Amino acid sequence: MTAGSLLEVRALRLVRGQRRILDGVDLTVHRGDICALMGLSGSGKTTILRAAVALEAFDGGAIAIDGFELGPGPVPPESRLKDLRRRAGMVFQQHALFEHLTALDNTTLAAVYAHGRGVTEARTRGLALLESLGVGARASAYPRELSGGEAQRVAIARALAVDPPLLLMDEPTASLDPARRGSLGEVLRGLARDGRGLLVTTHDAEFARTYADRVVVLAAGQVAEEGPAAEVLTNPQHPATKALLRA
Amino acid sequence: MLAGAASLTAAAPEPFRWGGDAEGGAPFVEADPRHPSVVRGMDVEIAELVAASLGKSARFVQVAFTSIDASVERGDFLLGLSGVEDLPARRAAHAVTVPYFEFREVLTVRSADRGRFRALSDLRGRRIGTLSGTLAYDILAAGRSAQGFELVSYDDDVHPYGDLAEGRLDGVLLDHIIAQRALRHVAGLTMQPEAAATGRYVGVLAKRDTALRDRIDAVLKGAMRDGTLESIFRRWNVWDDAQPKLFSRVLGEAAPAAPAPAPARPPASAAARVLAYLPALLRAALITLLLSCLAMALAVSAGVVLASGRIYGGRVVRTIFTLYVEVVRGTPVLLQLFVLYYGLSSVVRLPAFIAALLGLGLNYAAYESEIYRGALEAVSRPQLEAARTLGLSEWLILRLVRGPQAFRLALAPMTNDFVALLKDSSLVSVITVVELTKQTSIFAANVGSWVLPGALCAALYLLLSLPLSRLARFLERRWSAPS
Repeated sequence: MTAGSLLEVRALRLVRGQRRILDGVDLTVHRGDICALMGLSGSGKTTILRAAVALEAFDGGAIAIDGFELGPGPVPPESRLKDLRRRAGMVFQQHALFEHLTALDNTTLAAVYAHGRGVTEARTRGLALLESLGVGARASAYPRELSGGEAQRVAIARALAVDPPLLLMDEPTASLDPARRGSLGEVLRGLARDGRGLLVTTHDAEFARTYADRVVVLAAGQVAEEGPAAEVLTNPQHPATKALLRA
Repeated sequence: MLAGAASLTAAAPEPFRWGGDAEGGAPFVEADPRHPSVVRGMDVEIAELVAASLGKSARFVQVAFTSIDASVERGDFLLGLSGVEDLPARRAAHAVTVPYFEFREVLTVRSADRGRFRALSDLRGRRIGTLSGTLAYDILAAGRSAQGFELVSYDDDVHPYGDLAEGRLDGVLLDHIIAQRALRHVAGLTMQPEAAATGRYVGVLAKRDTALRDRIDAVLKGAMRDGTLESIFRRWNVWDDAQPKLFSRVLGEAAPAAPAPAPARPPASAAARVLAYLPALLRAALITLLLSCLAMALAVSAGVVLASGRIYGGRVVRTIFTLYVEVVRGTPVLLQLFVLYYGLSSVVRLPAFIAALLGLGLNYAAYESEIYRGALEAVSRPQLEAARTLGLSEWLILRLVRGPQAFRLALAPMTNDFVALLKDSSLVSVITVVELTKQTSIFAANVGSWVLPGALCAALYLLLSLPLSRLARFLERRWSAPS
């Protein structure tokens, strides 16, 4: 594992039926980095995130998350994934907040029940997280009462409740208007400044150019192009990247 | 051709419709073992005799014993004959023929108890069974508080003897004809010689049919005189010394008035009758409520286990649970109650209330489990995956994320089922639990009308179910729209 890297994906292969969804993907996310994972729909972006948090089994290669190794084969039982859960947080595209719990309870549930934090400690941290993400006032609101942007921030707070160094986000910009995309970008910058690594799938080239440090472009289950965001997106080499920028 | 058919129809005499319960069996009415669609028995022969004397052919209408009165009154048939007893309430509400047979109410006990249980007064603290809506029932109901025994009422006259032999009862009080028949089939029972009372069988007609009743009385009296009745009773082995005495009493009377010695009770006002029955009805309502609540609690717990097993379990568990749900949903709850109470009695002798609780609870568990399974599967997948990425185990996810949300989804259909269960609990009267409906039908048989008892019963059911619906609405509001 490279020094300072939080996520290292090596030769990742994932086959479903006759389809090769991922065909030898290499990818690294460093501490303090925002890495944008781009590609047309169906290029395997979300699958990489799911494989990295052990929601999806893979057929070849390896994934290391801050030293925690995942190998090919069936997903290990949850009891063997405790360390992974402390190291990687995931924000789902549709937020997937727990509908029956308030924003604050969403952020404290796992800390209390899965990671043994005290209730008071978890609530203090949860409130602080919600505050820092600008939704402190919505702590007692239920998911259905939140706007899309608010729900997303609560989902980020939930993923950060046990302070994982790596944060994976699936299409965070998809349901946001341009102004909110900007403010989300600032939030992500803040998280990276705190020393976290972020892997963010997105279709939004403008967002990636403005806020990401690095860009990885996927096509047909392989890495088509990668490099510093400004470079790749300003001067695309691969047809897939060009197609993406035209979209 | 058509004209011929029409004239044939016109020529065929309209049949004389009479009703009885073939479940009552010989010697009254039973299905002919050689031709199960044909009935035979002493009451069948009497009905045929009556029909022939009226110039008609007899046609049998099957009716549950306890419904004979109500059925004849609504015109399903003209004459009810099936060991129908001469009771004051029946005389008050319907037209009744002269009595044609006298029976003794006898106490049957296990042979081992022959020495100590000689009469009802020896059975303090014990359970005595009988058929509901009969003279024996009235005798037991009147004596139970003074003599301190427990009355267990049945819808048929076969199961009391089986339960007596198995120890669920300590005595059975019924007509000696029924007791004699039972003793032939059930081993280890003894009939005490002392009769607790005597009673008479009559035919019952609708109150308006007094003219027909008088004609039938004439037929019966003729049959008493010319020995036809005697030969019928001899054929069915029920002829004894009491019958000639009954015949001469009936024939000695000028008017076809009630020969029954039963002193007519002063006709109670409707209000007095309601007051008299209210405590029993309220007690029965309490049984209904208690049974429903406990059965629902069982249905919910077992339903949760079934649903979780079908979602999380291995292949074997899933197969077994699915099979259970399909079998239970696919067979009538009435049958399940019978199997639990009577069918299994050689293996495990469940008390009636426990059998009722298990029967209803395990039956509803199948339905509940389907509600929960649907509700659990309705919780969105991403939420479950999010919970996993947060480090929650499957069990914690079920308990903290999936279960609570599924419970809210299941609440409305669950309440619906609870109300349905409350009403289905009336089925358990077939296994001797006297709940609200059963108590009402006893009440109705006693006062000879369904109007007041029915209205009271309906009011009590509503009183039980409306608060439930309100509670459910309250819970739904509270949980589905958090403030």
